[in-house]
Amino acid sequence: MKKIITLDINHEHYEVAVEPNQTLLDTLRYQLGLTGTKKGCEVGDCGACTVIMDGVTVNSCLVLAMQAEGRQITTIEGLETKEGMHPLQTAFVEKGAIQCGFCTSGMILSARVLLDKNPEPTEEGIRRGIAGNLCRCTGYQKIVEAVQSAADGMKEGHQ
Amino acid sequence: MKGCDYYKPETVGDASRLMASLDGARYIAGGTDVMVLIKQKKLSPAHLISLRNIRELSLLDTSDGLSIGSGVTHSRIVRDAWIRDRYSALVDATQKIGSPQVRNVATVAGNICNAAPSADTACPLLVLDAKIRIAGKKGERIVAIEDFFLGPNRTILEQGEIVTAIAIPKLDENSGSAYIKHTRRKAMELPLVGIAARITLDAADRAPGWKESLRNAPNAEALPGMLEAAGIVCRDVRIAMGVVSPKPMRARKAEAALEGKVVSEALLDEIGALAASESQPRDSFRGEAWYRKDMVQVLVRRAVLMSIERIVNA
Ligand SMILES: Cc1cc2nc3c(=O)[nH]c(=O)nc-3n(C[C@H](O)[C@H](O)[C@H](O)COP(=O)(O)OP(=O)(O)OC[C@H]3O[C@@H](n4cnc5c(N)ncnc54)[C@H](O)[C@@H]3O)c2cc1C
Ligand code: FES
Ligand code: FES
Repeated sequence: MKKIITLDINHEHYEVAVEPNQTLLDTLRYQLGLTGTKKGCEVGDCGACTVIMDGVTVNSCLVLAMQAEGRQITTIEGLETKEGMHPLQTAFVEKGAIQCGFCTSGMILSARVLLDKNPEPTEEGIRRGIAGNLCRCTGYQKIVEAVQSAADGMKEGHQ
Repeated sequence: MKGCDYYKPETVGDASRLMASLDGARYIAGGTDVMVLIKQKKLSPAHLISLRNIRELSLLDTSDGLSIGSGVTHSRIVRDAWIRDRYSALVDATQKIGSPQVRNVATVAGNICNAAPSADTACPLLVLDAKIRIAGKKGERIVAIEDFFLGPNRTILEQGEIVTAIAIPKLDENSGSAYIKHTRRKAMELPLVGIAARITLDAADRAPGWKESLRNAPNAEALPGMLEAAGIVCRDVRIAMGVVSPKPMRARKAEAALEGKVVSEALLDEIGALAASESQPRDSFRGEAWYRKDMVQVLVRRAVLMSIERIVNA
């Protein structure tokens, strides 16, 4: 039987009726139209469905919508502000870190949490930070460069 | 997915009462095993009882040894420097489980309750003499980790029982431990073989500065010779092996061969060979038995040396 829950996504409250066994991923995509979150393997392997929950990344395919109640969720749609795209989004575009784009939302959210915790990551640190996000197109090099470049830019922005 | 109900009790008592009153219910903690099993249609619970809202289960208590509440995630273990210094093997294991996304929700308790032969925290918990605290209808019981596993995905947990915490005793200050996860990739892979060790160096008759003198080892390979020359005896030796038998196991013969002895090149070779002879790996598409046995031999030696290095560098 469906239950009505309130989800806090990108600082907006959504009331949705969900099946108890429905994933957060399906809720985002099919009920709320937030299709920036991608659906790949559905078993935790690919990271395409990555969202930020209470400040840490999770695979939304492994989280039930009901488990997300009362948590703060950020999806890729929540990264852009009035000032424009997030520096990571800009860097991904400029550095050619996007090919088909299927991994991009998850990559950027993993990178965002990484930079929140460690604004000056090493290359090794970046590779570890995105270890749960598979990319079948870019070979990762440009993604690592984009994260590095966003980190450098954000540091300058703060000075 | 078939329809099912979801409950989020706030106390252990409520959770186990719910479990007793519902048919076909399943506990869900981080859900990283449960959700995958549901997706693969290997599991179709009529009810899911979430343990995430039970506050007392999320405690990490360091007042007497270490008590890891069953709600504690791998990520919390990884970032804890106090645990890293004292129970290194557990941090070696948790930091390589899955991905950041998995570690942020998956629990150590879920890892052992799922009881995969490849469960990464099993070997560290075996060498650290962990005890599992279990709550059920009949009250609480405490079971040694060695008696907890029965076989692949099977534990001694009875219907409705909840693991509340994993308790690890305080170790001697001259103890060190290590876990080596043998994989082909650097991340997102289950181990082909997992080996954990724990050693205490007997410092009873040592002059001050004995550790410092061993720190000058040019590399790990020079360490056995230096230890032999110094005549330092190993105590409380624990060696555990994963993926090489239906359940994670201690290498008792190898442990006995090192107990009370001074480490030497020859002895390291001997305990590696003993551990390999105790292992019973199978051929699988991920690795062949002969290769797994060879790796046990190599990694037991390496894990013992790593544990000792950590003692002298502490
Ligand atoms: C992409 C991916 C990668 C992974 N990589 C690894 C890896 O490298 N190494 C590894 O060892 N594992 C790995 N796993 C498996 C899994 O993440 C771990 O076993 C994890 O620790 C399980 O914890 P959980 O909290 O998610 O358990 P859940 O899925 O919530 O539960 C697992 C089982 O334990 C039961 N249970 C949970 N908590 C309790 C409790 N307190 N009392 C009684 N029963 C309980 C549940 O009913 C269920 O049967 C991976 C999984 C995924 C999806
Ligand atoms: S869709 Fe969730 S990890 Fe692949
Ligand atoms: S750009 Fe295609 S998967 Fe990464």
